[in-house]
Parts: sequence; structure tokens; C-alpha cells
Amino acid sequence: MSTEPEVELQSSAASTGVPSVPVLPGEPSQKQRAVRRVLSFALFLLGFALVWEGAKWLAGDKWRLTSIGYEHTPPFRIQQLSDLNLPHLWDIVASFGEPFQRNANYSLLNYLIDQALFTWGEALIGFGVGAAIGIALASILVHSGLLERAFVPYVVASQTVPIVALAPLIVVSFGRGLTSIVIIATYLTFFPVTIAVMRGLRSPDPRAVELMRSYAGSRWDIYRKVRLPASVPYLFTALKIAAAASLVGTIIGEGPGGVQQGLGRAILTFNQQYITGPEKLWATIIVAAGVGLLFFMLVQAAEAFVVRQRGGRARTA
Amino acid sequence: MTVAARSVGPTTGPRTSSRIMRLLVRSVPPLLVLMIVIVLWEMSASGAGRRVIPPPSAILNAGVENFEQLRRAAFATTYEAIGGFILGTVGGLLVAFATSRWVVARDVLLPVAIASSAIPTIAVAPILNNWFGVLNPASKMMMAALLVFFPVLINVTRGLVEVKPASVELMRSYAASDLAVLRKLRVPNMLPFLFTAMKVGATLAFIGALVGEYFGGSSDVLGFVVLTSMSSGSFALAWAGILIGAAAAIVAYLIVSIIERVAIPWRSELEAS
Amino acid sequence: MTTNPAAAAVRLEGIEQFFTTSAGGMKALENINLTIQPGEFVSLIGPSGCGKSTLLRIVGDLIQPTGGVVEVNGKSAHEARVRREYGMVFQAPVLFDWRTVEANVRLPLELMGMERRQREARVREMLELVELGSFMRHYPHQLSGGMQQRVAIARALALEPTLLLMDEPFGALDEMTRERLNSEVLRIWGQTKTTVIFVTHSIPEAVFLSTRVVVMSPRPGRITHIIDIDLAQPRNDQSRETERYFELVTEVREGLRGRRGSGSEGRLRVEGGIG
Repeated sequence: MSTEPEVELQSSAASTGVPSVPVLPGEPSQKQRAVRRVLSFALFLLGFALVWEGAKWLAGDKWRLTSIGYEHTPPFRIQQLSDLNLPHLWDIVASFGEPFQRNANYSLLNYLIDQALFTWGEALIGFGVGAAIGIALASILVHSGLLERAFVPYVVASQTVPIVALAPLIVVSFGRGLTSIVIIATYLTFFPVTIAVMRGLRSPDPRAVELMRSYAGSRWDIYRKVRLPASVPYLFTALKIAAAASLVGTIIGEGPGGVQQGLGRAILTFNQQYITGPEKLWATIIVAAGVGLLFFMLVQAAEAFVVRQRGGRARTA
Repeated sequence: MTVAARSVGPTTGPRTSSRIMRLLVRSVPPLLVLMIVIVLWEMSASGAGRRVIPPPSAILNAGVENFEQLRRAAFATTYEAIGGFILGTVGGLLVAFATSRWVVARDVLLPVAIASSAIPTIAVAPILNNWFGVLNPASKMMMAALLVFFPVLINVTRGLVEVKPASVELMRSYAASDLAVLRKLRVPNMLPFLFTAMKVGATLAFIGALVGEYFGGSSDVLGFVVLTSMSSGSFALAWAGILIGAAAAIVAYLIVSIIERVAIPWRSELEAS
Repeated sequence: MTTNPAAAAVRLEGIEQFFTTSAGGMKALENINLTIQPGEFVSLIGPSGCGKSTLLRIVGDLIQPTGGVVEVNGKSAHEARVRREYGMVFQAPVLFDWRTVEANVRLPLELMGMERRQREARVREMLELVELGSFMRHYPHQLSGGMQQRVAIARALALEPTLLLMDEPFGALDEMTRERLNSEVLRIWGQTKTTVIFVTHSIPEAVFLSTRVVVMSPRPGRITHIIDIDLAQPRNDQSRETERYFELVTEVREGLRGRRGSGSEGRLRVEGGIG
């Protein structure tokens, strides 16, 4: 049939400079990838539990499970795998239900959740303030070459300094209260956010900026309509780092800084009482890890929401 | 045939001195800021504040007076940090190479490694103290190693895996064995990633050592010095200790950067162009 | 030129390529038959997605066809690849950032295990051939796109292959550089007498370079026309301005539009049974 197909001779290579290697179709969809990730995480947890108990089976203390009448003496002995140093997973899980202290009337789980919320609250405030400061500072620095050259080396250098180690000192300096913890979290957040947002504000295609100028757009217009939107992905990358950093800073500020509440304090307390109940410290660590993960996932969810609002597709982490 | 190269050869001679000039001029604003901050700090610290955030002069004094103690403590902490850095880097490299072949292992491990950056890993410091002995530097080393391990693992894995598909095709068109592909393509590709991780790791190692010491350790380390001088009210000494720790971390970072310039000369040129 | 199939550089018989996707399947190539004699310069031209890059990779044993037979130099494509009998130039130069120009060209020689002094001599020879002898110690990022592709060509020729596969190597370059490099390729082809299969989107390029132009249809790719290019050798800038050149360019264009050639010489041969 002599149809005349509109022959398209546009080479993708010529137009975009990107080679068009033939891609074999059959890539997994978003949903498939998410399912796969959950499965692999579950698989990892299972493997981790097996390794944990398996090691104890081989070289821990004698197993004495009276409830199912199982006894076992491991063939080897490694000190670090004793019941004191590495409690059985089920003991740890069980301890969540027990009272967190002798003659206390609520359970470890309750106690830990209270402490976790306290710590997270502080971190969150610092996180929010730090993010706001970071964005503002980045916006200023990007528009003033002199200020930028003066301050950026410090912002960059701060990444190499173990600022977290300052935490107890700040707590003591500013008083053992909410203020100092928030200061720590703010400090730890605003540095990565400033750097990232600066890079983001500079990232737009210079041609997009030229376009705005050709419409007589002011610097403020360009900032609002081109630079700020472009900086969003960079901002979120930094926020994910900052989430973890502010949490770590808060915990360290509380613990060695001598605050009476929070996960940091719980860690120190249960460490002091380790001999009487090793599972409690492990339980605290698990809760701290959980808070960290939740915080991270919240930021990721916020990012996905913002991206979808702008009509893009969520990036996979 | 016209020549269209962008830059040719290393810069020597008159070019170098103008580069130094430019470097000097560029450092003026930040140095100015530093001086202003120090001066303001010195002048403004007053009353109760003066006690808790001492002026730079007081910190300097405390540093000089307690020089011997600080020096010993700094060495001890640095020793822990370096030990942890090496352990963490080697561990990360080994696991990355071991799992780089099997996509399944990577798919399971990598999300975990990334998630671990969200977890406050330092929470296990007391456990490590229990396992390895609270007075033993090994417990702090392990803390540092744990913090360094994950970024190294993530970055090295990415470097080994994220090669341009066209490069792999190229190697296959030359019938290169898998080992040859690893040696000639993946490993060189991975080096910049490794150094990025090591630069981050330099700081993390010091954080691990210091924070590990905060949760309990011997008396001859920076963390102990900081905590005890804090609780006894000698804040100037506490600040001096922290600043020395920070300085050590910066030096470590610079050393890694220098090694990077030597090991991957093409990268700095690439970023300069 | 003999047409003894045993001496053919490349022989494709009944080649089919079917890709399975999550949404069913996709046929990329259908019933490709082509014989290429040693020393020919054959261009594959066709619309995007017609499978010409896939076909090139089949010849290079980078993809295994789902149907049909591929022979290179009288042996299977796989054997030819293992014996390193061909060189390939991709759309992007694919040079290693961490290697100097010289080290990049050296790569296939290292893989083959050639001994050091021989290697150095061969690398120098190849870089002289593409007129980049004074850039041996440079890094790829210091060179322009055109120069990088020349390095890629030098690398492809390092093993002195009898067959050269080129996949739109100049697609990312500007027109003037492209024309210059076309002349380069012809000069090198004349000197080395390699067989060349050249994939392109550019009709003028295909006509200028080739002894034959193979026109392919949109997906599923079939060979629709094979056009003999009878321009005089050696070709130069003047060749681009002859009347015959323009006639041939028109023939190829018409072929791509799916019409039979209207040229009076009727050198158009239709293959693969498409109307």
C-alpha cells in the first residue's frame, strides 16, 4: 500500500546530544519497585534476626526456654554474644510490655514512646527553624557575591567539623532546657540546607533566566518563579540529611548534656542499669532507630507530595 | 585541520603567580569575617555569659595552660578516629566488592545502608562500650567505624555499578572478561565516589570517637576532658577541647583531599574546566 | 568484486528481532537479508526506531537475534567478537575520563594482551592516522566533541579490524565538523581498506560516504531499498556539488518516503518485499 509515512529523520542524538542506545523494554513499574523494596527490607530483617539468634545458638550462653521446654548448650563461646551483651530478640520484645522500672505503673513501651516524642518534638522545632534560616540565608547569599564569598567557606567548612560534638556544651551553656536543644537542632539543620538551597537556586538553566528577563521580570520575579522552584529537589535532599542530623544532635545534647527527659537520658539511664535489665537499653535503641526512620519517611512523603503538586513524578530514593 | 582543544597542559610560570594572587584576594572576605567575629566575641562576652561562653582569649589561655593534658587527649581521640576510619573504610570496600556482583544482594543491602543514615547510630555507643570495654579505645574505634562504614558502602557500590551502559558495551565489543571489566572500568569509575565517602568519613570518624567517649571512656581522651571540665565549670577548657577536636577533623579532611588530588588527577581538572 | 558468499565480510540471512516487554512484545526487525563484500562502505538509513542500531549490534554480537543467521568473515558473529575482529564506534565517544587519549586508544590492545612496545607503536600510529598525534597526553574532557570522536575512531581501529561498525558517530556534532569528519573517515577507509557499516540519519552523509545505501522501513524494520552509489572515488568536497550527488540524495529521500526511485538510471533495487 503506497501510503506516504511522514518520515521523521530527527536524530535524538543531534537534538539533545544524548545517544539513543536501544533500551530493552520491560522495566518494573513504580508499584512493582515499591513492593520489591518492602519485600527486600522484610527479607533483610528476617536475615538479620536469623544471624542474631544463629550466632547466639553457636556461641552464646546456654539456651533455656522453659515455656517450650527447649535447652541447648552452644558449642563455642564468644563473650560478646552472651545474654547480657546480646539479649535474645524475644526477651527484648517482651521487655516492651514490662514496667519500665520497678514499681512503675506503666510499661517500657509507653515510657519510651513518651521520651521519643519529647526528643522528636525538640528536633522537629530545631529542624523547622533551621530549614527556614537556611533557605533565607541561601537566598541572601546567592544574590550578593560579596557576602557569599565571605560566608560560604564557613558554611562549607562546617560540614567537616564534628559539630555534633558541641551538643553537650551548648546544652550546658544555654541552660538545660528546650532552648539549647532547639539551638543544636537548628544549627545542625541550617548548614546542609544553606549549601543545598544555594546550589538549587543557582541550578536553573541560564536560558530560563534569560527568558524571564526578556519579559522584563525583576530579580524578585526570577527568584520566585524560576530559582525557588528549581531549588526544591535540592532542599529535600538536604532535609533528609538534616532530619537525621538534628535527631542525633538532640539525643547527644540530652544525654551527655544532662537533660532529664528524652531518649538521650533514657539511653544513659538504662546503660547505668544495664546489669539489671540489658533488654531495656536495646529496646531504647530500637525506638531511637524507629524515630529516625519515621522522620526520614515523613520528609520523603512531604517531598513526594510537593513533587506531585507540581506535576512531576516522584523520584525513587 | 583546526585545533579546538579547550585547555592545553599544566599551567606554569607567570600563570601560577597570578593564580596565587587570585587565591589570596579570594580569602580576604572570609578572613575578614573571622576577625570580626573573634573581635566581637571577645568584646561582647560579659557577666554570666562570660563564664559559660568564654571569650576567645580565655579559651586560648585554658588551652595553653593545659597544653600537655590536651595534647595527650587529642592524640588518643585521633588514634581512635583514625583506627575507626580505616576499619570502616576497609569494611565498606570489602562488602561493596563482595556484593557488587549479585544484584539480589545489592537490592537488599543498599536500601538498608541508606536507611541506616537516618538512624541515630550513635545510640549504640553504650552497647559498644559494654562489648569492648569502656576503657578500651577499641569501643570508640568501633563506633567510628560503624559511622564510616555505611557511606563508604553506599558510595563504592554506586561507583562500581553506575557505569555508563555504553562503556560496558564497549568492553563487551572487545570481548573483555568480567575481571577485566572490573579492573579497567568499574574500579577507576568508583574512585571519585570512594573519595567523596572518605571525606565525609573523616568527619564522621571524629564524631564517632568523641560521642563514644561522651557515653563513657578513659580519662585521657578529649570527650572526657570536655565533659568533666563542663561539669566542673571550666568552660574555657571545655571549649578548648572541642576546638582541638574540630581542628583535628579538619586536618584529617584536608589530608584526604590532598590524597585525592594525587590519586585522581583527572577529577580536579574536570571540575575546574 | 566477486560475489562468492564464502568471502563475504558480513552475511545476514533472515534476521528477526523480537523484544518482549511488559506490555506484550515488539518486533524490531523483520526478515533482514543482506550480504556485504569486503571493502564496501555500507550505510544503514531509516526513520527513528527502525532498528538500524539494533541491526548493527546484532552484527557485533552485542545482541543475539531471535531469528536468522549472522556471519562475519565466514564465522559466527560471536566468534568474530571473541576474536576481536571488528571495531565499534558509538554515538557518544565513550572514552574513559580517567585515561589519557593515549591510554584510551591503548585499551583494546591491553585487553588483547599485546606487549608493551608494540602497543606504544600501534597507539602512535593510530593517533597519527586521525591526526591527533600531539594530543596523546590530554584527557578527554580537554578535547572538543569532534576530537573525542576521532579518538574513538583511533581506538576502534587499534586492533586493525577488517570490519568497522559505526553507529551515528557524528550525530551530536555540528554540520561543519561533521562534513570534515566525513572526509576524514573516507580517507581512513581508503588507507586501511576496512569494511564499514555506518548507521546514520543524514541522507547527505550516507550518500557522500557509501558505496551502497540500505534504506530501512519504520518498525518493524525491513530493508526497503538498496541504492548503489556510483559517485567517483576518491570523493572530496567537489563530489558534494555534482549533479549525480543531488540525484542520488533525491533517490534516497524518495526511498525513505516509501516510493520507488523515479531516477531514470533505475539503480534502485528493492529488497525484502515491500511495495
